[in-house]
Amino acid sequence: MSEASNKPLVEFRDVSFSHASSAAPIISHLTFSVAPGETLVLLGESGCGKTTTLKLINCLLMPNAGEVLVEGKPTTAWDPIRLRRRTGYVIQEGGLFPHFSIAKNVALVPALEGWEQARIKNRVDELLSLVGLEPNAFADRYPAELSGGQRQRIGVARALAADPSLLLLDEPFGALDPLTRASLQREFAELSKRLNKTAVFVTHDVREALLLGSRIGLMQAGKLLLLETPEEFLKSKSEQAIAYLETLRVPAGSGKEETQ
Amino acid sequence: MSFISFLKQNWPELSTLLRQHLSLVLISTLVAVAIGIPTGILLTRRKSLRGPVLGIANIMQTIPSLALFGFLIPLPFIGGIGARTAIVALVVYALLPIIRNTVTGITGVDPNVREAAVAMGMTGRQILWQVELPLAMPVIITGVRVAMVIAIGVATIAAAVGAGGLGVYIFRGLRQYDNNLLLAGAVPAALMALIADFGLGLLERYFSVAHKRRAGTTSARKKFMVAATAATLAAVITGIYVGSRESRSRNAQPQSARVVVGSKDFTESAILAEIVAQLLEARGVRVERNYELGGNLPHDAMLAGRVDIYPEYTGTSYTAILNHQPISDPRAVYDQVKTEYAHKFSVAVSEPLGFENTFAILIRGAEARKLKLKTISEAALHTPNWRAGFGQDFMSRADGYPGFSKAYGLRFAEQPREMDLSLTYIALASGQVDLIAGNSTEGRIAALDLFQLEDDRHYFPPYEAVYLVRQETIARVEQLREVLAKLAHAISTEEMRQLNYEVDANKRNQAEVVREWVKKKGF
Repeated sequence: MSEASNKPLVEFRDVSFSHASSAAPIISHLTFSVAPGETLVLLGESGCGKTTTLKLINCLLMPNAGEVLVEGKPTTAWDPIRLRRRTGYVIQEGGLFPHFSIAKNVALVPALEGWEQARIKNRVDELLSLVGLEPNAFADRYPAELSGGQRQRIGVARALAADPSLLLLDEPFGALDPLTRASLQREFAELSKRLNKTAVFVTHDVREALLLGSRIGLMQAGKLLLLETPEEFLKSKSEQAIAYLETLRVPAGSGKEETQ
Repeated sequence: MSFISFLKQNWPELSTLLRQHLSLVLISTLVAVAIGIPTGILLTRRKSLRGPVLGIANIMQTIPSLALFGFLIPLPFIGGIGARTAIVALVVYALLPIIRNTVTGITGVDPNVREAAVAMGMTGRQILWQVELPLAMPVIITGVRVAMVIAIGVATIAAAVGAGGLGVYIFRGLRQYDNNLLLAGAVPAALMALIADFGLGLLERYFSVAHKRRAGTTSARKKFMVAATAATLAAVITGIYVGSRESRSRNAQPQSARVVVGSKDFTESAILAEIVAQLLEARGVRVERNYELGGNLPHDAMLAGRVDIYPEYTGTSYTAILNHQPISDPRAVYDQVKTEYAHKFSVAVSEPLGFENTFAILIRGAEARKLKLKTISEAALHTPNWRAGFGQDFMSRADGYPGFSKAYGLRFAEQPREMDLSLTYIALASGQVDLIAGNSTEGRIAALDLFQLEDDRHYFPPYEAVYLVRQETIARVEQLREVLAKLAHAISTEEMRQLNYEVDANKRNQAEVVREWVKKKGF
């Protein structure tokens, strides 16, 4: 789906959001756009507003001020159900339904959309292969029988099921062990290139941001500090960017990976 | 008689009681599920309602069951006597665990899973049916399981409001001090509770996520699941079928040919009721028996038109229903009761049946002989060293303990023990207490060597046995007039004592005892 390929797929126009209960804004005056085919990584510490930003895109939250546009249409004008079914969503730990088999989990959105059984079956097999899991071995299993990495792959497969043009990922690999995380990151990078998906990817891991992002948005206290390509980010003079990059250099040779 | 041969002999009655019990439990649990689960779901959507609704359900569950039944009886539509009232009460008790577990189950769904469901574009209804309810199901079923076990227990008390069930045997067993009866009521109830607990436990395990495992095993589990569901459904349908058939047959009979005979919850009352019932049936009248109603239930039921006739004692009507001070002239009491009942309740009072059943102040025969006691006044000198045990009825009524102890200036070693009337005889005989207030026609007085002290100050009002009949029923059923005329002055105190003794002490079937007596009398 690459109609009007220059028009941004997602656009934030001076967006602010705060919970009704507290006066302090979670995000304030956010303005940026996501071009079709790019992977925008929102990088920041816990509580900086990056997840909130993500949730504003698929109507899980609504802005208090400003506008969020998806495919040129404000989220307030979208039917939330329609918008969400056109948007893939991946969260930490996958958020798989424990009482659904793997096949049924992956087939969730196609089933909601009323696809035929045969078409759903084909699609599930295709997706399981795509995320590197043998369909015959996994289709009838349940999430509790899978490893964390396998569950996360299923989470990605589920998000891709109805072939959405936009993927939203909220720290999808955050809870995995470093080795599994690294291999999933590599696979995801290849996958998103191959499928030409637009993605907004939230993480606090600068390595992940550099690996996956076509642009990196550094967030702090509800504001976007900078929005640059990985190359620019590496050369950035910004204090916060430097602080993040510092973490990559620390004790080389000790064999100790930075953890979350 | 051994327990097994008792079961064999009483199987037809026991199976009816079992069926009644089962249908009470199943219907009330189904109704509670139908109300409780939607209510629970609503409470997860409206948090502000949660506190108040759960609070009310909580309070309802703390009401003692007998009190709740009593409270329901005078209410229109949901009250009265019989299965409907019992079901309402059972539903009240079953609601809390079901509502609470529905709320707990749904709010306990992993927030990650819920967020994923919303983000995938599921509608609220889809999330409820496909995610929340299936995941909450084990917890909800635990609630149903608790509710059902509670209902099986509380349903034994439903016998007190004429709803039948295994409680009939338990109450009767307590009254007659008959272990076979007690066991025949309690054991099946306990088994039923265990089976329900086990069956729903299996269902709960089936739904639990921990049991979701790969394909091979699921088909076997699915088969089991189908079988369990089918069995449950079959039981439910049978229960409902039985329930509906009973109510159909109750409704289908033409008004003119049907008489509902009630009785109080002690043997003598049931025997007197059975006498009328058998005589009416012999004359082609269809009779519905509604025996063993506790407290003032028969009176309330009669006013509500649910009982046509029941045996009563003039002194009880005079003091407990009409709230007069006790007097000792039998004729005056009878006339006053007759006039007031006709005027206030449109209820007729039959001719006296020929015997009195007054409170009999009893002590052990050995004690009476040793201390040479004849009258209550003489005994009053010894009571400060004695313990007394009285039935609930005697403790509370106007002509009971409060007035009695004042009239004789009685004082006891300790506050009188309040207990089940039928147990007081045994308590006295075995020396647990030293003085009780029994019934003068009680069959076990002689059998247990108890001595009746004379009421030398004529404190107790006369308790002549009579039948109370709705005037409307007398006008409708002419056979009733004939039967009542036959029974006037027809039962002596000795005969009544003998009838009581046959049932209470010899554990004989009450209908059989009555049949023999009717035959002997040539009615």
